[in-house]
Amino acid sequence: MTDTLTRARAWIREKVLLGRSWREYARAIDTNGNRLAALVVAAGLTVIAYRFSGGLAAVTNLSQDTPWGLWIGFDMLCGVALAAGGYTLASAVYILGLERYRPVVRPAILTGFLGYLFAVIGLLCDLGQPWRIPYPIFYKYGVTSVMFEVGWCVFLYLTVLGLEFTPTVFEWLGWARIGRRAKDMTLGLTAFGVVLSTLHQSSLGSLFLSAPGKVHPLWYSPFLPVFFFVSSVVAGLSMVIVESALSHRAFQHRARPRPAAELDELTIGLGRAAALLLFAFFFLRLQGLAEGGRWAELATGYGAWYLVELLGLVLAPCLLFARAARAGDAGAVRVAAALAVLGVVVQRLNVSIVGFQWNVAHRYVPSAAEVLVSVTLVTLGVLTFRWIVNRMPVLDGRPLPAAGH
Amino acid sequence: MDLDRRTFLKVAAVTGATALVPRGAAAGAAGGARAVLVDTTLCVGCRGCEAACSEANRLPEPDHAGDPGVFDAARTTTPTAFTVVNRSTAPGPDGEPRFAKTQCLHCVDPGCASACPVRALEKTASGPVVYHPERCIGCRYCMVSCPFGLPRYEYDKVVPYVRKCSFCAERQEAGLPPACVEACPSGALVFGNREELLEVARTRIYTHPDRYVHHVYGEQEAGGTSWLYLADVPFEGLGLRTDVETTPYPARTAGALAAVPFVMTLWPPVLMGLYAIRRRGAAEGPATPPEGTAADAGSTREDDHD
Repeated sequence: MTDTLTRARAWIREKVLLGRSWREYARAIDTNGNRLAALVVAAGLTVIAYRFSGGLAAVTNLSQDTPWGLWIGFDMLCGVALAAGGYTLASAVYILGLERYRPVVRPAILTGFLGYLFAVIGLLCDLGQPWRIPYPIFYKYGVTSVMFEVGWCVFLYLTVLGLEFTPTVFEWLGWARIGRRAKDMTLGLTAFGVVLSTLHQSSLGSLFLSAPGKVHPLWYSPFLPVFFFVSSVVAGLSMVIVESALSHRAFQHRARPRPAAELDELTIGLGRAAALLLFAFFFLRLQGLAEGGRWAELATGYGAWYLVELLGLVLAPCLLFARAARAGDAGAVRVAAALAVLGVVVQRLNVSIVGFQWNVAHRYVPSAAEVLVSVTLVTLGVLTFRWIVNRMPVLDGRPLPAAGH
Repeated sequence: MDLDRRTFLKVAAVTGATALVPRGAAAGAAGGARAVLVDTTLCVGCRGCEAACSEANRLPEPDHAGDPGVFDAARTTTPTAFTVVNRSTAPGPDGEPRFAKTQCLHCVDPGCASACPVRALEKTASGPVVYHPERCIGCRYCMVSCPFGLPRYEYDKVVPYVRKCSFCAERQEAGLPPACVEACPSGALVFGNREELLEVARTRIYTHPDRYVHHVYGEQEAGGTSWLYLADVPFEGLGLRTDVETTPYPARTAGALAAVPFVMTLWPPVLMGLYAIRRRGAAEGPATPPEGTAADAGSTREDDHD
């Protein structure tokens, strides 16, 4: 009995507390950054408690005209898009065999899993009756609904991402046998993940096809599903570039001596792919503009904002990616990636909030409480990422194969 | 309901016009989808429909009951007021104001019902778009997808529901007309078979071409609605949205949803094909690392000591 207890204590000390005692661990995490994060999370959880005790009206600025706000526009639409690195990188490595990207697959899958997880948590805050979230899966099937498809795909893909991440967890726990079984599923899971991601990344755009009179004509397009899908790949690649650079700096002790030069080379390769995709995205958007034929709208305030998005956050990062990749300038690729991430966020917000119900008198502006909940979810995502990376073999992957370069 | 004298005189004056309505339509002809024809040239703005609606749906009494000042500002329906009467922005040709009630228009092919992931909103064969509160998860996609922006949400409730006119579906099943129609004293509301009411509407325009705008609102709007309107002032001035498409809204997303089976059928063989080609290339090509296969490459990691 005491033996088991001692072993459990030792296990917790080694696996959870990183080899420290509770007291030492508490002292180690007592930093200014963590204090700030704790403050944000405490405030955000308070707001969420208010939301569930006083209704959506108690904390949000949602109205009868604008039923969707920041929690859908940012938490859901942006969260899912920015989590697209999981399927993008998994298919590049496990299906196309682009081996040199292997070191960033695990962090990409973890980012994807956490992105979806916190998007769903944001959705739970937003749904009027979140306890009924299993209804579309187990109870009533609205098969004509885009929302139904999104619900199913996100449910299945969150499961897939969880399973894709299990080998890392099993390695951490030291369960070699089941870990091997989990790895055997990799190819199938990856292919299934690509199918599901194609469906729901595009369907998040299709959601707005039913509101032609409400989405501003510069952003409404029958090609919305294509826009959302292509830009999700851009978002996925760019997030991997940004996230790997930040991780490399923040978790140097975890990342096994992986030279910065190798990360740079990998970054440049991803940047090249992102340049091509952004180029395609830019011309797709132009086709959408031409199809709508609403050129006169470009002269309005919305038109100016549209041009800022299209030229400043699609074309500019595209050209910067291309130039930087050619010049072998990883730093510039990272700047382009940050711009591209911002561009995808702005595009999602333009469709769902800025350009949504643009012609009604009372415009929606998120409340401070809504912003706080979104910030809280991002903070929790980062904290969870850090907690896992500090313990599990996510970043300290196998070194790059020598034959690659 | 309270009618002041002025309103009463107007009711008396226009009641004669109801003689135009064929008996079958007025009684709610058997078979076919039901509809209501709103002849706004006959509406006197008594708001009897609002009071009757509130009573039938056990809602609080309408705002500003009996106060003529209620028309000074345009109102919209709310979670506790499923229909509201508004005064037109421009008076009619005779200089008198015009009024129109608005409520859920009960589209023939409703965007809200096709958008609902749990079929909480359903179009019934007899016309009403009904709501099943026990299914609703509260995603509010119905509100996004309604071209008229009609479904209302109880944001202030801890357990909120979507609220809107039910077209008195339960009363209709019992053979009764909607409460608002029954209460209407001026004959502005006529309940009946949709096809027949369209004939009535066209007949009125045909027999009084100088009185009516030559358009039956709701015949084509959003692919057709169960509530039809006649007017002698511009429809937008009556609070009716004229910027809606004439095609049914569910068609907008049907194309994207039709792609789902193709993505599900075509992606797996394409991906597996790419994988197979790459593996064959790896087997033949000298430059590729031997462990460069997908399924087992990960497991080599354990044996790997850098």
